[in-house]
Amino acid sequence: MLERPKRKNPVLRTRLPTLPPGARSRVALGLTAAAALGRFELQQCRDCGTVQYPPREACQKCLSIRLEWKPQPTEGELLSDTVLHHSNDLFFRERLPWRLGLVKLDCGPTVVAHLHERVAQAPRRVVVAAKLDRAGQAVLVALPNGSTPQEADMAEDRQLREFTCDPKFRKVLVTDGKTALGQAIVKTLAAAGADLIWVGHSEPWKKFAGFDELKAIAQVTLLPLDVTDSKNVKEVAAEIGGKVDILVNNAEYHRTHSISSRYGVDAARAEMDVNYFGLLRLAQEFGPAMRGRGADGLASAVAWVNVLSIYALANFPPHGTFSASKAAAHSLSQCLRAEMRPAGVRVINVFPGPIDDEWNQLLPPPKVTPAGLSSAIVKALREGVEDVYPGDVAQEWLARWRDNPKALEKELST
Amino acid sequence: MRRGYEGVAVAVPVTVPYVRYSIRSAHWWLARCLADLLKQSGLRKDDIDGFSISSFTLSPDTAIGLTQHLGLSPRWLDHVPFGGASGVVALRRAARAVQAGDVDVVACLAGDTNHVDSFRLTLANFSQFARDAVYPYGAGGPNASFAFLTAYYMRNFGATRADFGRLCVAQRANALKFPQALFKKPLTLEEYLNAREIADPLHLFDCVMPCAGADGFLVMTDERAKKLGLPFARLLATIERHNAFASDPVQMRAGWAIDRADLYEQAGAGPEDMDLVQTYDDYPVISVMQLEDLGFCAKGEGADFIRRHTFTWDGTFPLNTSGGQLSVGQAGAAGGALGMVEALRQLTRQAEGRQVKDAKLGLVSGFGMINFDRGLGSGAAVLSC
Repeated sequence: MLERPKRKNPVLRTRLPTLPPGARSRVALGLTAAAALGRFELQQCRDCGTVQYPPREACQKCLSIRLEWKPQPTEGELLSDTVLHHSNDLFFRERLPWRLGLVKLDCGPTVVAHLHERVAQAPRRVVVAAKLDRAGQAVLVALPNGSTPQEADMAEDRQLREFTCDPKFRKVLVTDGKTALGQAIVKTLAAAGADLIWVGHSEPWKKFAGFDELKAIAQVTLLPLDVTDSKNVKEVAAEIGGKVDILVNNAEYHRTHSISSRYGVDAARAEMDVNYFGLLRLAQEFGPAMRGRGADGLASAVAWVNVLSIYALANFPPHGTFSASKAAAHSLSQCLRAEMRPAGVRVINVFPGPIDDEWNQLLPPPKVTPAGLSSAIVKALREGVEDVYPGDVAQEWLARWRDNPKALEKELST
Repeated sequence: MRRGYEGVAVAVPVTVPYVRYSIRSAHWWLARCLADLLKQSGLRKDDIDGFSISSFTLSPDTAIGLTQHLGLSPRWLDHVPFGGASGVVALRRAARAVQAGDVDVVACLAGDTNHVDSFRLTLANFSQFARDAVYPYGAGGPNASFAFLTAYYMRNFGATRADFGRLCVAQRANALKFPQALFKKPLTLEEYLNAREIADPLHLFDCVMPCAGADGFLVMTDERAKKLGLPFARLLATIERHNAFASDPVQMRAGWAIDRADLYEQAGAGPEDMDLVQTYDDYPVISVMQLEDLGFCAKGEGADFIRRHTFTWDGTFPLNTSGGQLSVGQAGAAGGALGMVEALRQLTRQAEGRQVKDAKLGLVSGFGMINFDRGLGSGAAVLSC
């Protein structure tokens, strides 16, 4: 059981971030691509059906190059296990002893996996999952048999906590508490055991709906934060930046315009100012401090969450300028991800379908509820995934986009 | 029926004394090894018209770059980057080339340097599979891979740490008689058992120590060897196999189990006829696997075999009589030639203080390249005096 981290002695040195070995061949990134979405996929031959691992450029049985990453059954047998007391790599040296297992998957291959502490010694049935490690690359973990990654309490395991961003005992900044979504995120984080939640509100002289309820949550501290105000963002970062372990940027400006439906650039500029420049301001002010604390004990800086939109993938013309601002934010978040990677701080992009709020009034259901979206965000933190597409609409768009991005563009333009 | 190796002589075993760390490159070690071969054979550099090179740290060069580096102009050149299997593989290729007349004298050189950080860098980029699917898991290197095999073996076949320890202790006794060995202190079973943990169930003395060094030998016709007045061994038989038993979920056997009948048939001798055995011994479990697969005892009976025998040079089963890698050190690819040069010393009566009495037949086994979860290459050679 994970114990509450002790208060940090500010005189002591902060442990510097190191990463587990992150080099992979291009073909091996298929495992990472699936793990980023929380999926366990292995290479499978389209011609003979052989499942293989480690990833290869051709089928080891029939030499076909028609290889696909396909979801596979996760069960297997732990054949052998070991505890490393020595490692050649700095990241692991700081975290020894480290437990590993050799697992024969029922679907064929034998794999090396990190081993959950609750898996007893071999031989034993286990389930295997693919998780992103601190380097942002997929690794396999073996969990107690019959448990999903959630049930296995990855965050409670000393080793596997390294692969998650669990909010438990962590300090979180939610950039906008005025919206229903912001308030739902705060409540879900509080229920998940976050230690302290700073909640931004952009117009502190006004009491917004839900203000009292938010204030009544023990962990919550409200603070004035306007992501369009560079000076304000800088001041807030100076005050709390060195303590934020998880930053959830849900500040959003959303108007329902296409190019021709509203003349001029005012609304579009406001969207960009919050959705794109807001992210840039936050990243410049909070990024450096979070990077410095990427390995700061059990409650290190660990994640940055951007609430984007499924419209970031392909422009939805009725919300054309909003889509463009989210596409810009998505692009910038990839830059942020690259810059946070050396510190092991994960950037999680959330691509919801239309949220059930006033700006999506004319869109038919199914729409994502604030509660549904906030639990998807906390689930992403707990499971350590990198890209989340909450809601049926987002899932459907994602499937269409992955299948054929051009076809989706054509479908959206009619 | 395979053709024999009639007319082939294997001679001039050389070990450049190992050191823990070296500031020199692999080229330096291979150059010294070649210089020693020339000095001991009386040959001039130009007399050697074939080279076989095995090295991990020669990169970015390969064998061909080494020809210019060392001013060689061979008409036959081989690069055998097969790690622990390279000694046997280099020998069998060179023997055929000499036999066919493509080359007169082949110098087989295996060596590596070891800088302070080069072992880590070698591990991190050892193979594509290692980089993708092993090194990110704790970066334990071969320790972790062999921990899995050792734990599995112990559980399934009832071997104990003390069984493996007896091999390590005997090899240390052998190393004390081999001046080039890095380890100079005796090892007791108690010290072995109480050593610090490395990767459960492996402890310190189960693991080879990476170091710098080089080993080499010459392959030529027996006529040439006689003319030079060089003591030599004859090559009776060889086998080689890669990626055997790929569908075994965990490696408990390797290519020897497929090819040993072929080996002994070609040699005209069986395991019971061997006067000494040199296994590839980066971890004791892999020595046991070789003893089983090569027919010295049945699969799973390795522990019992160890309890019935003594393994020093004067024991009932002389094994790794120079101390093996476990007590000499693992100089990268040279580890694949260490057993070969020791067998040559024994069979040519050059094993000074550790000479196996009346040694006539010796078996050398190679095992190389933990590419992912298991060693891929296996080979063996039978030599006679």
